[in-house]
Amino acid sequence: MAARRGDTLLFPTPPVVAAHAAIGGKKEGEGPLAACFDELSADNFFGQSNWEAAEKEMALRAARLCLKKAETTPDKVSLALAGDLQAQCTASSYALRELGIPFVGLFGACSTMAEALGLGAALCSAGMADGLLAMTSSHFCAAERQFRTPLSYGAVRTPTAQWTATAAGACLLRPAGEGVQLCAATFGRVQDYKIKDINNMGAAMAPAAAATLLHYLKDTGSAPADFDRIYTGDLGHVGSQLLRDLLAAEGLLLKNHVDCGCILYDAAEQTVKSGGSGPGCCASVLCGHILPRLEKGTQKRVLFIATGALMSQTTFLQKESIPAIAHLVELRSPQQKEENG
Amino acid sequence: MKMSAEEYGRRVRRVGPPSPLGRDCLWAFGVGGGICLLGEVLRGWYLTMGLDKELAGTLTSCTLVALSALLTTLGLYQKLAAKAGAGTLVPITGFANAVVSAAIEFKTEGRVLGTGAKMFIIAGPVIVYGTLAAVLYGSVYWLLQ
Amino acid sequence: MNYFWAFVVGGGICVIGQLLIDLTGLTPARILTGYVVAGVILSAVGWYAPLAEFAGCGATVPLLGFGHLLAKGVRTAIEEEGAIGILTGGLTAAAAGITTSLVCGVVCSWVGKSHDQN
Repeated sequence: MAARRGDTLLFPTPPVVAAHAAIGGKKEGEGPLAACFDELSADNFFGQSNWEAAEKEMALRAARLCLKKAETTPDKVSLALAGDLQAQCTASSYALRELGIPFVGLFGACSTMAEALGLGAALCSAGMADGLLAMTSSHFCAAERQFRTPLSYGAVRTPTAQWTATAAGACLLRPAGEGVQLCAATFGRVQDYKIKDINNMGAAMAPAAAATLLHYLKDTGSAPADFDRIYTGDLGHVGSQLLRDLLAAEGLLLKNHVDCGCILYDAAEQTVKSGGSGPGCCASVLCGHILPRLEKGTQKRVLFIATGALMSQTTFLQKESIPAIAHLVELRSPQQKEENG
Repeated sequence: MKMSAEEYGRRVRRVGPPSPLGRDCLWAFGVGGGICLLGEVLRGWYLTMGLDKELAGTLTSCTLVALSALLTTLGLYQKLAAKAGAGTLVPITGFANAVVSAAIEFKTEGRVLGTGAKMFIIAGPVIVYGTLAAVLYGSVYWLLQ
Repeated sequence: MNYFWAFVVGGGICVIGQLLIDLTGLTPARILTGYVVAGVILSAVGWYAPLAEFAGCGATVPLLGFGHLLAKGVRTAIEEEGAIGILTGGLTAAAAGITTSLVCGVVCSWVGKSHDQN
């Protein structure tokens, strides 16, 4: 049965990630993690006629592939928790229109994957769901035309700006069985450190990551060194530095930190400025890079902290500062058979 | 957390990598100057065809706008702008790029409310405030006449 | 020499825009709007006409020149037609540029397609 300590939910009999799939676009296929993706499309339209449909198609492919790997079908899945950046979460909603699984749309901006995993783990652990699909996606072109400028417009990217990943990640959770274990989840509180620069999301989100991590460490009495890696989602190079600064002020030295937005692309070669972002960025890195390492056992215990910036175009134009959130899940290597026996 | 928002703001300003000012300006100067030079060449050519100064200037602008529209449609203007920055933003070709890129981008939302309405998302304010400034100036000019 | 000064003055005006982008973080729409309004003001105080005479397209092609065109149009219209020129002068002078942009926009939207930035 699950227990709650502070802001942290603990799952003594942890739900597992039974299967996962990562799909990426062209730029992701040219980056350092290309080999980690299950499927890469050189055509960012994914055979569709507009960018919104392209993202939906990508999310749908990730979901179908994930279900196939889990050797199950949509009718055997109890619930899908999914989200994306398109207004009203349409990429996920339209993808789920095809699948017919009971669906709860989530919005946590780039933090949505951890939000879905945390909620999914709680539902599985409570016996409320058998197979549960957690999925997020983002598409550079769909995000660009919605939030910034038309794609053919010659706008200038500042050095702190991040590149929305064209990627999707999907995980199938089960209450028990084989797979990476979800041992704990911490849902974050909204943090606002008065950052207003929409081209510096990493700076807006770093305090949220720090706050959630501190809550988790306090709730569980653990230290950063207890983990093989602490992954954050999408702080980019600027935000990662700021996260380390914030934690240093708390007396914590973060040596094993890796940011998904920093490893998805080669910042020197790929003109992505501060790194990757978008709900699909950390979701695809989780599914393609982090989970396989845990499965192989090269890493035993990691934290996955996904951060999201919660402003909208409207609040930005109204000169509001950018509130941010971070959700955390603790992941462990699959239980070894011999340990069980 | 221990760090205050003010202290954090100071740190953010320090950590953010600065724009490569020298390189950016060099690109802006070269490409922006180049576009103006192209305009001057066109204008010279129109003048040698015997057009008067006014008409030659107008035709030069129209030609640059059409060229920019072509490059925008081919997706090349954005690629140049990624390096040239203000060099492609500030000339009239940048204005045309703003109109044409939006017209193309939002055609999936329809010809009227997509292309027709959203063409002005960047260029609209330029026309609005340019016109407003001209009217204010005109009023003053007329009163002082 | 015309060509040289067109290049240098035009390039210089763009460098000012670049400095605004890099140092102030102003968005493109604000910079463009600022340039046009500044062009109207510079023309009103009588500084822009000599620059346009000197640098040709170096002064008229950047959006400052668009502002100058609006101001010049208003001035001419008021002198020729009186007060109504306040309302007709600006856009009449700028009509060719704006109309070409709009027509190109619609025509290009028929044939063009959104391009990925990769």
